[in-house]
Amino acid sequence: MSGSKALMDALEREDAKTVFGIPGGANLPMYDELFKSNIRHILVRHEQSAAHMADGFGRVSRRPGVCFATSGPGATNLITGIATAHADSSPMIAVTGQVPISMIGKDAFQESDIIGISNPVVKYAFQPKTPSEVPEVVKKAFYISSTGRPGPVLIDVPKDVQQNEEEMNFPDVVKIRGYHPWTDPDITQIQRAIEILLKAERPIILAGGGVIISGAFAELQTIAELLMIPVVTTFKGKGSFPENHILSLGPIGMHGHAEANKMMVEADCVLAIGTRFSDRSVGKFEDFEKNLSIIHMDVDPAEIGKNQTASVAVVGDVQASLRIMVKMMIQKAIKKTEKTKWMKRVEETKEYWQKNLKIHQGDLGAAKVLRKLREVLPHKAITTTEVGQHQMWTSLFYNVIQPGTFFSSTGLGTMGWGFPAAIGAKVAKPDVPVVDIAGEGSFNMTENSLAVSVLENIPVIVFVMNNQSLGMVAQWQRTFYDRRMIGIDLKGCPDYVKIAEAYGAQGIRAESLDEIGKAVKIALKSDVATVIDIPIDPEEDVLPFVAPGTALKDMVLPS
Amino acid sequence: MWAILSVLVENKPGVLFKITNLFRSKNFNIDSISVGVTENPEFSKMTITTIGDEKRVAQIIKQLDKLIDTVEVKRLDEKMTVYRELVLMKIKASKPSEITEIMNLANAFECKIHDVRQSSIIVEITATPDKIDAFTDMVKNYKITDIARTGITALARGVNHES
Repeated sequence: MSGSKALMDALEREDAKTVFGIPGGANLPMYDELFKSNIRHILVRHEQSAAHMADGFGRVSRRPGVCFATSGPGATNLITGIATAHADSSPMIAVTGQVPISMIGKDAFQESDIIGISNPVVKYAFQPKTPSEVPEVVKKAFYISSTGRPGPVLIDVPKDVQQNEEEMNFPDVVKIRGYHPWTDPDITQIQRAIEILLKAERPIILAGGGVIISGAFAELQTIAELLMIPVVTTFKGKGSFPENHILSLGPIGMHGHAEANKMMVEADCVLAIGTRFSDRSVGKFEDFEKNLSIIHMDVDPAEIGKNQTASVAVVGDVQASLRIMVKMMIQKAIKKTEKTKWMKRVEETKEYWQKNLKIHQGDLGAAKVLRKLREVLPHKAITTTEVGQHQMWTSLFYNVIQPGTFFSSTGLGTMGWGFPAAIGAKVAKPDVPVVDIAGEGSFNMTENSLAVSVLENIPVIVFVMNNQSLGMVAQWQRTFYDRRMIGIDLKGCPDYVKIAEAYGAQGIRAESLDEIGKAVKIALKSDVATVIDIPIDPEEDVLPFVAPGTALKDMVLPS
Repeated sequence: MWAILSVLVENKPGVLFKITNLFRSKNFNIDSISVGVTENPEFSKMTITTIGDEKRVAQIIKQLDKLIDTVEVKRLDEKMTVYRELVLMKIKASKPSEITEIMNLANAFECKIHDVRQSSIIVEITATPDKIDAFTDMVKNYKITDIARTGITALARGVNHES
């Protein structure tokens, strides 16, 4: 059997049903076998989008998405997508073609050292040197990518390894000496965590992306309700807890909810679940941990003590750890029914800021636009975002009700991620509406995926909050650079309604809340992708704001 | 503080690159590194010395452990470890009597002498870094024209308490 055939067989054995990619000289043998296989190929228009689609697919299905690219520029074009998946711990298998082994190192046409280039942004990279290595490599790649803290794995296959034939053996299980993805949670540490939480006067839960990755929604909600303590999230953890729940305060951080940041600062004890305490979430590291007792649960031992010092650390899959915690609390009959002084303070603060946070008063102010979108979208709808102001407004004003329906490029902050990721999400869950909440600057970067959406019949909705500029950069220039505006004016070019139509998609311009509501309803029923272009005020800032390098307590509020 | 790390890795191409790239990407510094195959040819042992506060050293150990090609990462306690570095030093002598002086010094430090010439000598010293520093200090009045160091290599004292 050839290496290429073995690759397809191994992918099918891993239940991969879809590949996003572009063929080229060095991966033609794979594509010839892909032609003969039962795997669906989705042709993209740029490899970066193939990686983002695989990423979106992976986050939603919690199984690695697969993307293909040829050698050289095909492989290097994947890098931004791979790095995005790495930063957000998303499972992905990237398969690249490579020049034949005898040509490696000869600076051959379309040769790139993708193993070297990808090293800092992959969980692991393989380059099989003989065809018979391929089945084991694929098995190991899926195992590494999807277990422990998930991440992207690259398989770089030289062309002769794809073509040559060898006897194949497909292993059912693989073992890797230096890889121990799971540790059993330490029971005594969990016991200590409960004791500390019970003793604390002002406890809070901080839920991170790890809760979503491990699907620990029910466990999180049970613990919050048993202890009757408030829940804040990181931005990546947004939607790990229903944002309409009485205990929900929303995301903390640079553009966190006012009530979330305020209560986080006042808390004396935090149960931090599946979070790496990014600077965007916690602000200045030294200030965050001051006077705060931290209980840190994470699957990755290297995250313990990296950015914050934990009083108690529980290493292991957070769902497993939380289940043990729930069990212990039920055994001990821990169920708070009486509202503490702290909880009353939390409720008052929440109520105050929900009523009194100043929002843009224009007809198409960001808060009004996103609340309208929430109103018309069903709870099960999946939303992704691009990167910029619209993303942070989404954090502030779009409530995620059903856990695990919100995804964003939070770590790397990759503009252009949301739209291809939405396509990948729709492939994973074809029956659920998928909406990319976008800014026009980001959407412009991968808008050519409209061709993929239309031709492959993957109808998603792109909700473009169009301020005709790179809005977040503009905001920083207004705030920190005395309005010396440079490199931000997109001047309304191109016309996104026409762009949509040029690709055979549907384009709607919505200039009032009423029109937005109608447009979304039309889009939900549409068989093709719909781009809804909404002109918003280029001068609107995202507020509240915690400036970089400052503490959450220094949050700037809208005046 | 100074830390000696003993890192057992898969003996295959690209692993040294991953280790050094990890140090670079996390903004840690490698003070010295020595690598060699172990009694089992499937593994190599890397001895890495690095400088950093307790928190940084703990973090680099965790990051090393996280690499899939590392099988075991240990921090060696200086007091419970035999550690040595080998240094070759070419020293220039301006007159033959200086050769004798250098040889006397070398003998006092239990060095080996190689390639004795009229105007130069190669000294081999295998010792702990502080002893090497002391020797270097003693011969600094002569002209050291070339120096090659292996980096530290180390083994924990006593029986292995491996499971």
